[in-house]
Amino acid sequence: MVLKVMSANQAIAEAVRLANPNVIPVYPITPQTTISEYLAKFVADGDIKAEYIRVESEHSAISACLGASGTGVRVFTATSSQGLALMHEIIFAAAGLRAPIVMADANRALSAPLSIWNDQQDSISERDSGWMQIYAENGQEALDSILISYRVSEDKKVLLPSMVCIDGFILTHTVEPVDVPGKEDVDKFLPLYKPEHAYLDPKRPMSIGTFTDPNYYMEARHDMEVALEGAKEVIAKANTEFAEIFGRKYDFVEKYKSDDADIILVAMGSICSSIKDVVDELRDKGEKIGLVRVRVFRPFPTDEIYEAIKGASKIGVLDKNVSFSIGGVLHNEIKAKMDVDAYGFIVGLGGRDIKPEHIKEIIEKTKNPTKHSQWIGLNKEDL
Amino acid sequence: MEISDKEFFAPGHRACAGCGATIGVRLALKVLGENTVAISATGCLEVISTPYPETAWEIPWMHVAFENAAAVASGVEAALKSQGKTDTTVVVFGGDGGTADIGLQALSGAMERGHNLIYICYDNEAYMNTGIQRSGATPYGASTTTSPHGKESFGEDKPKKNMPMIMAAHGVPYVATASISYPEDFMKKVKKAAEVEGPAYIHLQQPCTTGWGYNPAKTIELGRLAVETGSWILYEIEEGEFKVTYRPIQRRAVNEYLNAQKRFKHLTDLEKERIQSHVDAICIELKI
Repeated sequence: MVLKVMSANQAIAEAVRLANPNVIPVYPITPQTTISEYLAKFVADGDIKAEYIRVESEHSAISACLGASGTGVRVFTATSSQGLALMHEIIFAAAGLRAPIVMADANRALSAPLSIWNDQQDSISERDSGWMQIYAENGQEALDSILISYRVSEDKKVLLPSMVCIDGFILTHTVEPVDVPGKEDVDKFLPLYKPEHAYLDPKRPMSIGTFTDPNYYMEARHDMEVALEGAKEVIAKANTEFAEIFGRKYDFVEKYKSDDADIILVAMGSICSSIKDVVDELRDKGEKIGLVRVRVFRPFPTDEIYEAIKGASKIGVLDKNVSFSIGGVLHNEIKAKMDVDAYGFIVGLGGRDIKPEHIKEIIEKTKNPTKHSQWIGLNKEDL
Repeated sequence: MEISDKEFFAPGHRACAGCGATIGVRLALKVLGENTVAISATGCLEVISTPYPETAWEIPWMHVAFENAAAVASGVEAALKSQGKTDTTVVVFGGDGGTADIGLQALSGAMERGHNLIYICYDNEAYMNTGIQRSGATPYGASTTTSPHGKESFGEDKPKKNMPMIMAAHGVPYVATASISYPEDFMKKVKKAAEVEGPAYIHLQQPCTTGWGYNPAKTIELGRLAVETGSWILYEIEEGEFKVTYRPIQRRAVNEYLNAQKRFKHLTDLEKERIQSHVDAICIELKI
């Protein structure tokens, strides 16, 4: 294994090079842009044989992905924040048309006020679309998640698009050592995409994206629900095979010193690295603190999360998003699906730094809860 | 002109009697043949042709949304190219709303990038699928449900957006206007559009029985009246070269066209004269 130092954006571009999609429509947006740039250079240098479409908007980027995917080829795009929001209409259409698109989202706050910095409001707001969502903790996981996502999305039992989410700047622009797998190993794990379904083929004409009346619509949506639930089995199998080939084992959730923990924090993405440091520090002092990192957010791994947190007396859930008047989305979903004593903490919106003392404050507030849900790190009192 | 008797747009679809859009699609597909992929914008055509589980399309067809047909087609074209399937024609059918209004950005992008595709705007001059609302392609004086005539209004108060010239400004190799009532002229243009390397745009006027307000038996006649009165001009722009492709032997009075439609019924003589002089100015310049 040769480790190379690179940003998560470059790691994602490397994964895309290895997956070798036929069509890459992209539109620049901070902090995703360098993914598009690395891919442009790969195409310019002949390292990827792909049609690179410099579209005029993110709406057209995802639309072109969907058209290309309609012909039965592998596609890739990347976006962030406003770009993802602009795609919203077609995000739902892509899942409904069962297109195995893989897209990277550089997590960034949504306007207004305008912010280029990190939170996860953009991708969380697409949670009802039928896309799978993975939140990576570091560059290595970002790379690996792209490969796993293609494998799962293209599985005929799934045929749903995937979004690999990486925290803007914290991951997109931070360099770390990353193992870039060899092409032969990747080809073993991710063979050429051969759609079994009929596509836009003049030899076998079919109509895609037809108009449905109330006699059919619900069944089509129900099929998506079944496919997304069924994806769990496919993800588990992909994770196992990925570990066999590459030696890195991923799961729906990562348990960090949580098995005997009295207080467990639950979070997604890069913040989990900071939480692990705090857990280590407090463990050294004899406190039974643990972390459960939710890696796969859609399909929602209810059983895996519950198994991981049910032994704790209290749970603190960190959300870099807010559904106004109800709180953080991950917190509310955990509360909705399982009988646990969980408290919600809204953190890090618009790139607000989450320091070790904030994490310690969250742990203290989880131990001695006063509110169901609260904001941490405000420059004013959270009323 | 030899016209294929093969059909790629099946009968039995849900269009209104006398629908002009379906005539246009049928004629275009006769020229393009079976090795064609069609993309539709949301609109009348998409809704009437694909009531699931039925479809009128005998060739591969895809619809995603209202404003993105040209972007979807960009992806289809690029994907076919990546598979070496460059002999397959990609054609888009978008209505005037999906083309001149909500889809203009995606269309501009696709044209400017030079994808090898044909975009056909079937122009019935308003949002007919939602019930006759004004679009950028609605002509001056037309009464629609969102530009109704009334005590303070004579209907649509802006001239029709000049889509073909906007496309020509993109420098695409082939731009044309056409009418379903001049099938040979239209089909020749579709053939040229298919043969040209790069993007081609055809703006096809098609009368709409419900939106324009006339007897469904008169669709072809209305299309002819538009052209014979100089209200709609048939031309093409090949590699920047502008050419009128049909000249009426004797240009008829615009009133004949206006008076045949309910949407212009409310206009006063003064307003009709204003429209006539506008048509005259253009026709004199083009020697029609």
